[in-house]
Amino acid sequence: MDIQLLANLAYVVSAVLFIFGLKRLGSPATARQGNMLSSIGMLIAVIAGLTAEGIVDFKLIAAGMIVGIVIGALAARLISMTSMPEMVALFNGSGGAASLLVGWAALYASDGSVFTSVTIILAILIGGITLTGSLIAYGKLSEVIGSGAVVFNGQRIVNSLILLGLFYSGYMLCMDPNPESVWFWAVLGLSLLLGIMAVIPIGGADMPVVISLLNSYSGIAACAAGFAINNNILIVAGSLVGASGIILTNIMCKAMNRSLANVLFSGFGAVKQAKAIEGEVKPISAQDAYYILEAATNVCFVPGYGMAVAQAQHVVKELGEILEKNGAEVSYAIHPVAGRMPGHMNVLLAEADVPYEQLVEMDEINPRIENVDVAIVIGANDVVNPSAREDEGSPIYGMPIINVDQAKTVFVLKRSMASGFSGVDNPLFFGENTRMLFGDAKESIAGVISEFSK
Amino acid sequence: MEIVFLIFILVLSIFLGFELISKVPATLHTPLMSGANAISGITLAGAFISAGAAMTVDSEFAKYLGTAAVAFATVNVVGGYLVTDRMLAMFKSKKGRS
Repeated sequence: MDIQLLANLAYVVSAVLFIFGLKRLGSPATARQGNMLSSIGMLIAVIAGLTAEGIVDFKLIAAGMIVGIVIGALAARLISMTSMPEMVALFNGSGGAASLLVGWAALYASDGSVFTSVTIILAILIGGITLTGSLIAYGKLSEVIGSGAVVFNGQRIVNSLILLGLFYSGYMLCMDPNPESVWFWAVLGLSLLLGIMAVIPIGGADMPVVISLLNSYSGIAACAAGFAINNNILIVAGSLVGASGIILTNIMCKAMNRSLANVLFSGFGAVKQAKAIEGEVKPISAQDAYYILEAATNVCFVPGYGMAVAQAQHVVKELGEILEKNGAEVSYAIHPVAGRMPGHMNVLLAEADVPYEQLVEMDEINPRIENVDVAIVIGANDVVNPSAREDEGSPIYGMPIINVDQAKTVFVLKRSMASGFSGVDNPLFFGENTRMLFGDAKESIAGVISEFSK
Repeated sequence: MEIVFLIFILVLSIFLGFELISKVPATLHTPLMSGANAISGITLAGAFISAGAAMTVDSEFAKYLGTAAVAFATVNVVGGYLVTDRMLAMFKSKKGRS
């Protein structure tokens, strides 16, 4: 039997396994199995790929794979759950790099047809944007570079010039698909530059959108590489990933009530508050917090990025268990854009052994927030800011929030009175029913726990 | 005609992707992304062809490009699946907790 036909049939099997794998991701109970199925699909695809026509030399393949296995396995094992966004950013970048390189190498074997040339250029372009964009996103997330938005005068003009340059050099490269030509280097350089330019104007708090979008790009890049080398499985798998990233991007944008264009181009600056906030901040001690919590029958934790920074997930869970033993109903309400990537908080709480039934979404908790005796806000700010609901002049007006201000009592754990990443003041802190627990979130909660054990 | 077939596959898989992914609950969005990272490592299957090609037609340099692509894509595949598995193993049900 023809080996090429067998390889293509194997690709069909792996596509089916990818699809079942993603389907099983529909529930936490079956998700692990799904990931396993998907990895079996990948194994089959890799073996089939090795049988492709024209492969005669396995030395370099083996070398590349060994390097990749070592780096991948070490990274997966050593990374802490708090740093997951950085890790995903780097993986996005490495996916982009792989597609870029496949496109580049394909240029040497190109048949010269316009269709092939266009797809090669797309693979290089999208791969390049994904690579450098992800590196910048990584830099911002790990705070190697400042996490603020970088906006300068004439940014749009510079970007338009890059785009024009890309179109022109892409067109010239299409006419003469030669990897030695200057137009190739222009396409490569401008793509890498565009990736940098695309991500620098985006601020730290908008990172969930950027990571999702780059995730999508890494899929689309694989898809383009698939067209460039005529490979079905790259197209199928790449578009599954592309679709996944786009859906997540969309969810994140909706959760911030902003359009994608607004996130990408406008560099969310601090805007003057339309309404002055009146009221008084009421700080409390761990002991006061204990008295209130001791009497509470319904407690809801609302975590944000601050919980990840303080590494407070384990003490939060400990307090949650104590409260449960004390007879309270405990839940964890998670806003879609809490943290630095979609689902970030869920993973941290899962790491601390919080059962997934207790993790509730914003739409689930808001209708019953009035029954919550104490809402404990840990390192979240904008996602619980009532001016998003009430103050039309606020830059975050219209963003759906967790309405903790409607709970009977709100505890806010905060380092100081500084405003959130968006730079918007939060009237929640001045609310009648709000109590502030100043200090490191981990220490504050540990303090409350020690009150319980007294 | 082949181009049309490839585009056909593309369009159908995009629709399928939207159907599948929109059913993933918010709590699993991080593992979904790292799992997607792993799947995008499928570029590996394409990278083999350049890394292992015969010397006759292609330049030596293209082979090195292919080798680097193999390395990057393998990082995605291996790292992506392992880290996703590590995360998913942490998601426990109330019943599963001792």
